[in-house]
Amino acid sequence: MARAVSNRTKTLNTIVAGTLGFLLFFPILWIVVLSFKTEENAIRAPLEVLFSSGWTMDSFSAVQARSDYFKHFSNSVIIAVGSTVLGLIIAIPAAWSMAFVPSKHTKNVLMWMLSTKMLPPVGVLVPIYLLFRDFNLLDTRIGLTVVLMLINLPIIIWMLYTYFKEIPGEILEASRMDGATLREEIIYVLTPMAIPGMASTVLLNIILAWNEAFWTINLTAANAAPLTAFITSYSSPEGLFYAKLSAASVMAIAPILIMGWFSQKQLVRGLTFGAVK
Amino acid sequence: MSIKRTLLSTAVGFGFATTIASMASAEEITIATVNNADMITMQELAPAWEEATGNTINWVVLEENVLRQRTTQDIATGGGSFDIMFIGAYETPIWGANGWLTPLNDFADDADYDLEDVFQLVRNGLSADGNLYALPLYSETSFTFYRTDVFEAAGIEMPSEQITYTEFAELAAAVHDPDNGMYGTCQRGKAGWGENMAFVGTVANAFGARWFDEDWNPQLDSPEWNAAVTYYVDLMLDSGPPGASANGHNENRALFKDGKCATWVDATSAAGDVRNPETSSVADKTDFVKAPMQATAKGTGWFWSWALAIPASSKKVDAAKSFLKWSTSKEYFELVGETKGWVAVPSGTRQSVEEDARRVEAAPFAPAVVEAILSVDPADATLLPTPYTGVQFVAIPEFQGIGNYVGQQVAAALAGQSTVEEALANSQDFAVREMTKAGYIK
Amino acid sequence: MATKASRSAARLMISPAVLLLLGWMLVPLCMTVYFSFLYYNLLQPGSTPFAGWDNYYWFLTDPSFTDAIYNTLVLVGGVLCITVIGGLCAAILLDKPMFGQGLIRIMVIAPFFVMPTVSALVWKNMFMNPVNGIFGRLVTGLGFPPIDFFGQYPLASITFIVSWMWLPFATLILLTALQSLDQEQLEAAEMDGANWWNRFIFIMLPHLARAITVVILIQTIFLLSIFAEILVTTNGGPGTATTNLTYLIYVSSLLQFDVGMGSAGGVIAIILANIVAIFLMRMIGKNLDA
Repeated sequence: MARAVSNRTKTLNTIVAGTLGFLLFFPILWIVVLSFKTEENAIRAPLEVLFSSGWTMDSFSAVQARSDYFKHFSNSVIIAVGSTVLGLIIAIPAAWSMAFVPSKHTKNVLMWMLSTKMLPPVGVLVPIYLLFRDFNLLDTRIGLTVVLMLINLPIIIWMLYTYFKEIPGEILEASRMDGATLREEIIYVLTPMAIPGMASTVLLNIILAWNEAFWTINLTAANAAPLTAFITSYSSPEGLFYAKLSAASVMAIAPILIMGWFSQKQLVRGLTFGAVK
Repeated sequence: MSIKRTLLSTAVGFGFATTIASMASAEEITIATVNNADMITMQELAPAWEEATGNTINWVVLEENVLRQRTTQDIATGGGSFDIMFIGAYETPIWGANGWLTPLNDFADDADYDLEDVFQLVRNGLSADGNLYALPLYSETSFTFYRTDVFEAAGIEMPSEQITYTEFAELAAAVHDPDNGMYGTCQRGKAGWGENMAFVGTVANAFGARWFDEDWNPQLDSPEWNAAVTYYVDLMLDSGPPGASANGHNENRALFKDGKCATWVDATSAAGDVRNPETSSVADKTDFVKAPMQATAKGTGWFWSWALAIPASSKKVDAAKSFLKWSTSKEYFELVGETKGWVAVPSGTRQSVEEDARRVEAAPFAPAVVEAILSVDPADATLLPTPYTGVQFVAIPEFQGIGNYVGQQVAAALAGQSTVEEALANSQDFAVREMTKAGYIK
Repeated sequence: MATKASRSAARLMISPAVLLLLGWMLVPLCMTVYFSFLYYNLLQPGSTPFAGWDNYYWFLTDPSFTDAIYNTLVLVGGVLCITVIGGLCAAILLDKPMFGQGLIRIMVIAPFFVMPTVSALVWKNMFMNPVNGIFGRLVTGLGFPPIDFFGQYPLASITFIVSWMWLPFATLILLTALQSLDQEQLEAAEMDGANWWNRFIFIMLPHLARAITVVILIQTIFLLSIFAEILVTTNGGPGTATTNLTYLIYVSSLLQFDVGMGSAGGVIAIILANIVAIFLMRMIGKNLDA
């Protein structure tokens, strides 16, 4: 920071950026407001909604009475965290070998991995559904965890690969000189250095897994259904439903939103995909 | 037995517990259901059954289109994810004939259940090859909802005999007052064979149109279809709410209950909800007449039934049957009547319920609804002869795809994205393709 | 530095990931290819005879097919344009000194955390509903006739909703890249009399090139298979106005339950996706080298 910036410019910047931020954030803010209103008030004009008397928790209890939020919530947590952890276990060695023992195929392998993400999931739903049926994986958390892990694995590997590449090879060689085994090298030398990158990898993948709405809806019924399935029952119900829809939406996105906000710094720091040198 | 439970549900539960006393071990069943009001009520009341039997229920509540996709996918692949599914009058005979559903013929032997009490027409609609495959929660036809206060204020009297669609359009235009938030008519516009095509299908029947001729050749390019769809689009543009192409049954129901529509031709099963002062702002200002006719009165009211069925892939058939028995029994309707009000009882299913004095008192329109439902003949719903049964649908597996496509095209015409002629020409091409692919057209 | 031992170790370590992804790709792919040559309709149980190229014929001659390709391209292209340009502006804005930067940044990135189904439902009902939505009331309040967003501007509405979710992502990555820009270089250029536009074109943009390609790559991967937003709002309509390739396959295989034709569509989509992939990889690969 070389120059002093006048308070006037700073204020102007704040106003412009603040307006942008507010506009982007407004839909989320609005469903939070609606979720505390009665159904009758929730469909009124915006200003009337805001100043209508009576804030109520009724919608939340109505939503909870219809479907057990905590069951869906814990399914979401287990599936999102589980698939990310499983993904890391498989991705770390792969990313290590691509970053430190590159061959002439490394780049192609990486690109091929990413290209598997471009396959349209709807095209292979029926085959996967049949396989899941035969292996008794339908409506199980383990089945869903594995699928989401596979879907996000290319992204995890790519992100880790870009972080590992930034670590100077000399440090690893030095540790090898000191007699560290490969396992020790990865666990004690490499991993700590890559912690910031790994943190953001983990966060991004939890977000992606939490919000995945195709496989989670189609491969579950009741036992393994996460919050994405929980929200689908509010899509076109009879009668007034803005308040209940808002409440259900808030319940579905609040955990990930709060996690995202608290870990914002970690997420942002690592979210470079090798684009920043 | 918990003391906290209400006396009534104890009585129901107890009476029921004795009939299934032989069932020993507690089971967990999974039910796929749709987010309609009557099903949500069932979900609220089901703990009575759970306590009486010791079984537990996992509810999977889905939006109608998603429900259809999920249940069809699961049952056709034998996935076995669900023990009970809510399905309709279209799927039941087809799936039953495919051997995908557990036959429920033994319900006829249960004197307490009294299957004969369920209307014959409804039972027939849920049977295939003489086997019963599903039990109805409610059945419906379509009729006209209208706002007595709005018509009175406009100095118009709604004729009590069946009017024509031309007259209907004039009435709707006369009471259309969008500046004051009152739309002349609300009709389904959201694409889907079970959404806009249910209404458009009955309009088409009224105009003398049919889906297929006797040799299964699609007839969507006929002048009758053109007249019907042109009428529908003009009606909605002249007297409908904005954004009509996004409104399905549920959206329109919300609009009507909110007092925004003067007329609405839709399911009789919504009558209880609309006339229920607890859930509707127009409860005392709504009355009903027959759905309009045009060239013919045949097929102007549709027939539909939401029913519970057990997939053949279910491994918990006994527990599922026990729930089916409870949730469509006389006792269940009684329970709804006592807890939710007799106006909110699922309609058009059981004769004894519809004739119950409490029901008639709370819902004076009920006998008319029953009469309307019983007057429907799915086997003879069109002016010209057809090879199919069904009023607003054609009871063949291919219809879903065709109906959805035509629904999309009609919605496009309604939204002004294409003309009626283009929409019907596209529809005809698509129907011919599908019927050729499926081997109907050689 | 790589010894023989570490080479074989490296192979060993990469193999689980490669094998898993290979399996994940090949098993469904083989089944899909196999199904695509059968008459296989879930609604008609029984035998599934060999169909030859019939399914491909029916899918390729489907009147919706060209619309679907067009819609897919417009949707992906539209969202990419909006998010990259909008993200650039937002990133430059957020990079400037201001009060409450943390709070503003939190508000800007929030949409990225919202699941697609929720965002589609909220935009559809609370904002774009012509009668009760906020936009609807705004428009009628100003005395204009209400706008039926999903009826009149279906594809634009969906592009808008999807852009809302991806704009924060683009902004974040571009902002991170922008912050690594050497300030002294910028100041030196300013001393030399370069105006803001020249500094943007000749210093900032080249610096951001890699970040932009990354944004394009990642978003394309996700945008090609947009599904939930369409399912919840328009069901691909009116007509075929919002049917993208993914949705068309969904219609064939899961609404008409024609698994044979749906699989043929899947194979075609995979081929098309791979063409896009190769194209993108070339572009990115160049930019990510070294």
